[in-house]
Amino acid sequence: MVKIKSSEELISRQKECASCLDKKFHGQDGKRAIVVCGGTGCLSADSKGILDRLQELIKEKGLEDKVTANIVGCFGFCSQGPFVKIFPEETLYTKVKVSDAEEIIEKDIIGGEVVERLLFVDPQTKEKARRQHDINFYKLQKRDIALRGNADINPEVIEEALGDGSFLALNKALHMSQQEVIDEVLKSGLRGRGGAGFPTGRKWQFAYNVQSEDKYVVCNGDEGDPGAFMDRSIIEGNPINVIEGMMIEGYAIGAKNGYFYIRAEYPVAVERLKNAIKQCEELGLLGDNILGTDFSFRCHIRLGAGAFVCGEETALLNSIEGQRGMPRPRPPFPAVKGLWGKPSVINNVETLANVPFILLNGAEEYAKIGTEKSKGTKVFALGGKVNNVGLVEVPMGVTLRQLIFDIGGGIPNGKKFKAIQTGGPSGGCLTEKDLDTPIDYDNLVAAGSMMGSGGAIVMDEDNCMVDVAKFYMTFICDESCGKCSPCRIGTKRCLELLDKITEGKGTMKDLEELKSLAEVIKSNSLCGLGQTAPNPILSTMASFYDEYVAHIVDKKCPAHVCKSLMQYKILPEKCVGCGMCARNCPANTIVKTDQVPVGKDPKLPLRVHFINTENCVKCGLCQSNCRFGAIIKD
Amino acid sequence: MAHLQESAVKQITEIVNRYKDEETPLMMILSDIQREYGYIPLEVQELVSSLTGVPVSEIYGVVTFYSFFSLTPKGKYVIGVCLGTACYVKGSQLVLDKFGELLGIKPGETTEDGLFTLDVLRCVGACAIAPAVSISGKVFPMVEVKQVEGIINQYRAKEA
Amino acid sequence: MGLVNIKIDGQAYQVEEGLTILQAAKKCGFNIPTLCAFNNGECSRASCRVCLVEVKGARGLVASCVYPVNEGMEIIISSQKAVNARRASVELLLSNHHKNCLQCDKNGHCELLKVAEMVGARDGMYEGAQTPATIDTLAPGLIRDTSKCILCGRCIERCKQAQGISILGFENRGFNTIVAPVENRSFANSPCLQCGQCVNVCPTGALMEHSEIAKVDEAFAQGKKVIVQTAPAVRAAIAEEFGDPIGTPGTGKMVAALHRLGFYRVFDTNFGADLTIMEEANELLQRIKKGGTLPQITSCSPGWVNYLEYYYPELIPHVSTCKSPHMMEGAIIKTYFAQKHELDSKDIFVVSIMPCSAKKYERQREQMPNDVDAVLTTRELAKLIKRSGINWNRLPEEEFDQDLLGEYSGAGVIFGVTGGVMEAALRTAYFWLTGKEYGKINFEACRGLEGVKEAAVDVEGTEVRIAIASGMKNAKPLLDQIKAGKSPYAFIEIMCCPGGCINGGGQPFVKPIFLPNEDDDILETYRAKRASVLYSEDERQAVRQSHNNSDIKKLYEEFLGEPGSELAEELLHTSYVSDRPKYK
Repeated sequence: MVKIKSSEELISRQKECASCLDKKFHGQDGKRAIVVCGGTGCLSADSKGILDRLQELIKEKGLEDKVTANIVGCFGFCSQGPFVKIFPEETLYTKVKVSDAEEIIEKDIIGGEVVERLLFVDPQTKEKARRQHDINFYKLQKRDIALRGNADINPEVIEEALGDGSFLALNKALHMSQQEVIDEVLKSGLRGRGGAGFPTGRKWQFAYNVQSEDKYVVCNGDEGDPGAFMDRSIIEGNPINVIEGMMIEGYAIGAKNGYFYIRAEYPVAVERLKNAIKQCEELGLLGDNILGTDFSFRCHIRLGAGAFVCGEETALLNSIEGQRGMPRPRPPFPAVKGLWGKPSVINNVETLANVPFILLNGAEEYAKIGTEKSKGTKVFALGGKVNNVGLVEVPMGVTLRQLIFDIGGGIPNGKKFKAIQTGGPSGGCLTEKDLDTPIDYDNLVAAGSMMGSGGAIVMDEDNCMVDVAKFYMTFICDESCGKCSPCRIGTKRCLELLDKITEGKGTMKDLEELKSLAEVIKSNSLCGLGQTAPNPILSTMASFYDEYVAHIVDKKCPAHVCKSLMQYKILPEKCVGCGMCARNCPANTIVKTDQVPVGKDPKLPLRVHFINTENCVKCGLCQSNCRFGAIIKD
Repeated sequence: MAHLQESAVKQITEIVNRYKDEETPLMMILSDIQREYGYIPLEVQELVSSLTGVPVSEIYGVVTFYSFFSLTPKGKYVIGVCLGTACYVKGSQLVLDKFGELLGIKPGETTEDGLFTLDVLRCVGACAIAPAVSISGKVFPMVEVKQVEGIINQYRAKEA
Repeated sequence: MGLVNIKIDGQAYQVEEGLTILQAAKKCGFNIPTLCAFNNGECSRASCRVCLVEVKGARGLVASCVYPVNEGMEIIISSQKAVNARRASVELLLSNHHKNCLQCDKNGHCELLKVAEMVGARDGMYEGAQTPATIDTLAPGLIRDTSKCILCGRCIERCKQAQGISILGFENRGFNTIVAPVENRSFANSPCLQCGQCVNVCPTGALMEHSEIAKVDEAFAQGKKVIVQTAPAVRAAIAEEFGDPIGTPGTGKMVAALHRLGFYRVFDTNFGADLTIMEEANELLQRIKKGGTLPQITSCSPGWVNYLEYYYPELIPHVSTCKSPHMMEGAIIKTYFAQKHELDSKDIFVVSIMPCSAKKYERQREQMPNDVDAVLTTRELAKLIKRSGINWNRLPEEEFDQDLLGEYSGAGVIFGVTGGVMEAALRTAYFWLTGKEYGKINFEACRGLEGVKEAAVDVEGTEVRIAIASGMKNAKPLLDQIKAGKSPYAFIEIMCCPGGCINGGGQPFVKPIFLPNEDDDILETYRAKRASVLYSEDERQAVRQSHNNSDIKKLYEEFLGEPGSELAEELLHTSYVSDRPKYK
């Protein structure tokens, strides 16, 4: 590759690439282009197989001059994946299987006809949507800042990123002073996307102010919240954008080296990032004297190894230093004494992905998006009991109702919305009353939760909130590093109390103790993980106190989730006596009664069945095998 | 260290040398060993200690801290049941319990025949297909409790 | 360092900049309870959360052991919020602690118990399951009981700082975290020196010496002639156990107590030390004369011998073959003394009172199985005295028994401090090389508590280069130098514990929380204070050189012949193992 050695060379190369990309998307080169979703959800549904098959068919049928096919990042609408998109028409096919490839090639590419059966059908209007922006899921979104290029460009080819405008922001930054770059980020109002929302510019300023020969920038990609995969998608879809953000940060604070800390569980992200770094080095965009300036910068990748606590920035630094990921006390702050004792700034992946937009379009343009104190967009991993599961990027300030019902398409199976959990294990549950709250950092905290990294799990009436609190406590207890006593011992004690309550052995005194223990962990713990660990308990207690009381006083789990407090029951009036339940019961605890099922001939051997609850293991197999809805949880 | 074969010593030395230009590369070295050998026994830790100068106790502390590292070999098929929130609220705990019940092991354990290891995963990012189960890289979408037996049998059949 | 103005609980103070809140508060007269912080931050992990205080303007409570004071800072120790928080942290620790305090060997010295009292911990709070525990009693020197451990990490840090070997480390994660040698092995199956430095810093009963009191009781019960010998460093610290200030000499009262405890003879290991000098100085002269392996390294410290065998077996030829003083003395008691008194050596039971836990291991080495029958630490001796109802303060000063092994020189006394063996050996070697006594007697170059000292001693025009190291981390560079063939020294003294035996792993605990009358800097001064006891006793002795000890002379005349004789080799020398596996 020919190295890019100056600003001018970058701009001219960028123009070439932009025109290539433009032609690709608009068919001006006489070719059509197929892109296939390369997000994790789609890859696990074999989207790679679809791409391989498409390429095979193109070759077989000699269509190389007429069409290209490549992988892109994540389309975000994971519940409808895998996706195949055809340019220039922008036809979007959903839920594609490998076996559909032939029809797409035959009918659409060769025949020029849309494969109607693969189009998205709106569940409410039953209307087909041919293009992405016709789909409600995408209408309220703004997917061009953090998820920029994500479903368009090939993340493995740097020219496409260049064509999309990458490195123009860096180029602009290199023409500014370091302080000017920091000021721009300060003015933009960008806040850290990893959790607490600390102003990014201020972090940079601290590190810039410290005099030191060596400084480091660290990108926190140890996304460990269960149910969150924003950072992974961002890196997988457009690694160059994050690298550029990191380089701008490096320039601003005066660092020559940047470290990506990525979960080992994200092999695709790691590979794409490695590849992107290599390509940047080959083009001279990483290395010495970038674009002919005095700025030199190198990127390194470090892998996490399965410890949630390493998302805490000082634990992450210890992990890079080859130690157990146990948080360090602060002060000293990392901006003063961080990686290897040098001034360091740790920013989340999504935060860095916002930086190029800010530099390129200016702080004012960026600050137009969002609310007064929370600017820009936020990426959420929307999951749980919601129709449209996926990755969404919305401007700060949309309401939870818009997120869940407009973008998310509401709750499946006509169930009732109960809560949305944001902020992962550090966050809390928001309820009906919070639905019209505009989403921003401060509103979520005021409502008893937090932004966190962006997990948003919807729960319906079938979810028990005590069980949810127990789920998070189990997670935290597993993931506590064990360094400080309140978190190490306190979370274990909380879990023990929750176990007691969900087993129907709890007392009201336990509930009081749980609350006071939660407060102790919050005030006494060393790091952010411990200080926020009790939030799931405190927030569910605040909103669903009655549910706790029901477990304790009535010995009932209202959502029929807690096994000790529920049982399966056959409704005699609905049972047809087919015996499917009994045949599938692993405990052989379902017996025939003498009762003849409603409307059945007594001469037939069919009899109403009955579950002997004493031996029931509550596996639920009877219920999932009953085709008559005769088995309920009580 | 005495138990390590010469070829293993050579390969581990090669892995350590990969990162000789990196500062504090212990995690990377251990990750590569875990990936290439499947586990990191004490003899290997001793060798890494002598090559890097990091005390064995610190290496052992690191190995037992991160769940990605293992002191014992894993089974031929590693069954990972996602307990990410999205999967959990859709019932993945029941799926995990079923695997454990049928295999007779607890999460983190390996069956006696060395065929299966049962692991808990924390969100694989496949929330759209919750509950997700990954078996040695292959992802099974929307797994229900009643499918579990069939999935296990599928792999058992491969071995028969 | 400049001064900053701070307020604590509303009162204004001026303190040095750079101090932590914990340090500053102490200077201002406030005792904030703490467990994980130790020795002015040698180990401040901010992990126990027992030292939480409020700081105006700070987010939440802060750990005073790591938080530095700054100008205008307002610290609140006594608010309900801070008081409750500190109490809760302790109560949580107690909920995962095996609370058999009445049977715990650390009772009376347990910092957790003391802190629980300070914060007013309530009974039965936060009870629940406990971390699965391991009790390791396999090692002769040390016992580890994780059910008592609070994971403060002091021991890990001490092992690393003092010995540079990091035997102990954190294992597992979260509630399952423990402190242990790798794979939660026994100390016996790890390359542990059993020096006991970890025991000295442990705030609870999680790390203790392996008590042999029961063994001694049994010997008395069997009617054996139980002969006791006390190492020089014991007298420098034993009085601390009875409330005397650190640096109080305890020789006379200790001997008096031992007499009251019913020992058949009360001897001083200094006699063995003098004997060691005769043999070791002779060995050195032989090596110099005959072109043997140099430098020669001392062998009195069993922790060091462990280190040698585990980490530097190739240097075994450099190490003196002399047994350590108490082992030599044991051998002489069971032969020479027994013969003179017409006793069967099987009826003699030799107890060594040592400042050391590794000596318990040493006495069980297969190379010298019968010389000494039990080793008690200074701390265990104090327990014996206390349980016998002896009032230390009222004890008279008594003399060691003058019976064949009674006399000792000042040279023997200073064995207990780093540089002492070297100085004692030089006094004798100088005499043997020149035929006259070294005029000044004291070799000042050998003194001082630095980790490594080196000097060139002028012996009538011949320069003898020597080096002295204490703490294996300090000794390592000297050993690497020898390994590389670049050591300029003729003689090196190595002691395992930093500062020598006065700071051994069996010495009284120096825990500021239990020493309200000592100065704030006691952790920096206690070793010098103990050393001064030994140097003063040396000054007071009529005989200052080992070769002038008349009982020693008599021993050679009547029994051993001359230093290095065949009998001396058999009784007083030992050998080392070059293939000791690190992990069994």
